Amino acid sequence: MKDTRTEARPIISLEGVEKYYGDYHALRGISAGIRQGEFFSLLGPSGCGKTTLLRTIAGFEDLSAGRLFIDGQDMAGVPANRRPTNMVFQSYAIFPHLSVAENVGFGLRRSGLSRADKAAKVEVALAMVGLAGFGGRAAHALSGGQRQRVALARALILEPKVLLLDEPLSALDKKMRDQMQVELRRLQRQVGITFILVTHDQEEALIMSDRIAVMFEGRIAQLDTPQMLYRRPVTRQVGEFIGVMNFLPARATVTDETHIEVDVAGLGRAVIGPDQLPGGWHPGQTQSVGIRPETMSILFPGETTDRRVATGVVEDLAYYGDMTYYEVRLEGVERPMTISMKNLVGRPVLERGTEARVAWDARSLVLFA
Amino acid sequence: MKRPLRVYAILYLCFLYAPIALLPVFAFNDGTVIAFPLKGFTWDWFRQLAGIPALHAAVLNSLKIAVISAILATCLGVLAARAATRFAFPGKKGVMGLIMLPLVLPEIIVAVSLLVVLLQLGLSLGAWTVILGHVLIATPFAIAILNSAFQGLDRSLEEVAVDLGETKWSSFRLVTLPLVMPGIISSLLIAFTISLDEFIIAFFLTGTEPTLPVYLWGQMRFPQRLPVIMALGTILVLASVLLLAIAEYARRRGAARTGQKEAGGFL
Repeated sequence: MKDTRTEARPIISLEGVEKYYGDYHALRGISAGIRQGEFFSLLGPSGCGKTTLLRTIAGFEDLSAGRLFIDGQDMAGVPANRRPTNMVFQSYAIFPHLSVAENVGFGLRRSGLSRADKAAKVEVALAMVGLAGFGGRAAHALSGGQRQRVALARALILEPKVLLLDEPLSALDKKMRDQMQVELRRLQRQVGITFILVTHDQEEALIMSDRIAVMFEGRIAQLDTPQMLYRRPVTRQVGEFIGVMNFLPARATVTDETHIEVDVAGLGRAVIGPDQLPGGWHPGQTQSVGIRPETMSILFPGETTDRRVATGVVEDLAYYGDMTYYEVRLEGVERPMTISMKNLVGRPVLERGTEARVAWDARSLVLFA
Repeated sequence: MKRPLRVYAILYLCFLYAPIALLPVFAFNDGTVIAFPLKGFTWDWFRQLAGIPALHAAVLNSLKIAVISAILATCLGVLAARAATRFAFPGKKGVMGLIMLPLVLPEIIVAVSLLVVLLQLGLSLGAWTVILGHVLIATPFAIAILNSAFQGLDRSLEEVAVDLGETKWSSFRLVTLPLVMPGIISSLLIAFTISLDEFIIAFFLTGTEPTLPVYLWGQMRFPQRLPVIMALGTILVLASVLLLAIAEYARRRGAARTGQKEAGGFL
């Protein structure tokens, strides 16, 4: 993990943050820096502590140990209502007894602004989320997508240094979610505020984030850009959680400072470079390598390649229209591998039981410690 | 199968309401004996109500006790309902069970034990002791009503208000209180009605100033005053029904305003 503090000023610094609920250890030694103006995601399965971490930053949960700085200020003893953060809740929590404008303007109550100034600010905030002219509506008459926009406008009106979003898209249907992903990203660039998004949806995190912290069991397993997370997961767990990854048993045979030779079950010997060892590599130990489905391809009869070739049999397939996912059992490997192929013109979809030649690259192997 | 059920339902309702229906019948009957056949129509019994000072004192006493009991029971109900719906604490189920127990405890037992305790403590009986007893029996009703008001509330609502700069108390005042207000009104009215109608506890704990039901009980010794009591009973029934209707209206409007589904209640 790189030290982010040397690259850009962190708006949020977490130093050895711990959280206990009784005997339950919810956060275990979280240290991270979140940069000014970035779209940052906390990604993990339910119960990994991502929402707890978000609520800790917001000030709704105390730290059991460790320190939290927001914009250089220690947040110890600073209650939620005095932190420069605002939050969009999973349920949106729109005040049902207030109008849309009253909801959005709620945070301005203590601002000391005149009535006209407040109304103008509310109108700007509503326009920003595409709800111009909705101010007079009753809050409980809004649709799911509209409620979400109201919650966003309400949280952004105080111009927080950090906007916290707790699974904001999980209650929306697929179409609406895709649309809001794009809009949230656009909004974040427009206002330039640091966004921290909690999500269990790896695709959502990849699409929206500048950087992602993948969390398991109260720890950050990897903090990286979407591309690095996908291409170079540091552990099998991360590789499995993000996208689809095939794992094959492997053994290191020759190691020196510039390269490693591994013997991979089903694929054969391969020489790989040091950048393919994100988790560190201890030579001689029996390990596994990971390889993504789209980095391999099935050769069709007569097709030639200068890539490495392994042979196997198509056990099963799933046709998705644009893609076909094949389950191919390589010689000498117990579990079939998933290989995805684009359905290009003139390329037939293979049937079950067909012999398949699989082309692959040593560069797309990821080694796990 | 449907027909016998319908007959059963009608008989059941008759059994429930026929005695109450007799109240206005005899309240307007021009005769001192409570018996059929009816004689003529008269407002006389209602007119006589106006000329009994002891009755007026009892009504005032009852109103005072009912108002104070309703306010106290509702305040306790708000605290208990908020705790029950927001927090998890050890022994919560047991504690809530004990608080709700007076709902099913025989009132005579409650009344006798309260009397014993109060006398042991050397306290003199009066309006305050009746209020004590009435708060005890009205609080479970208040909690039941307010529980349903608090339960429908998203816990994040108060957190949003805090997140937007309000203190815990001002969030409660600005967000929670307006949303549970219909429940509070409903609870006040029902607790008021319970206290106003209650006889056994008042009978045991009242001092020299009787409440209305206790006063009525005393009047039963004089057969010639029965029609007056019928007239008074008619007024009480109408008032009770009116109050309960307002309480239920308030509760339903509250439920609709916060967009909840219908979640029971007493009516």
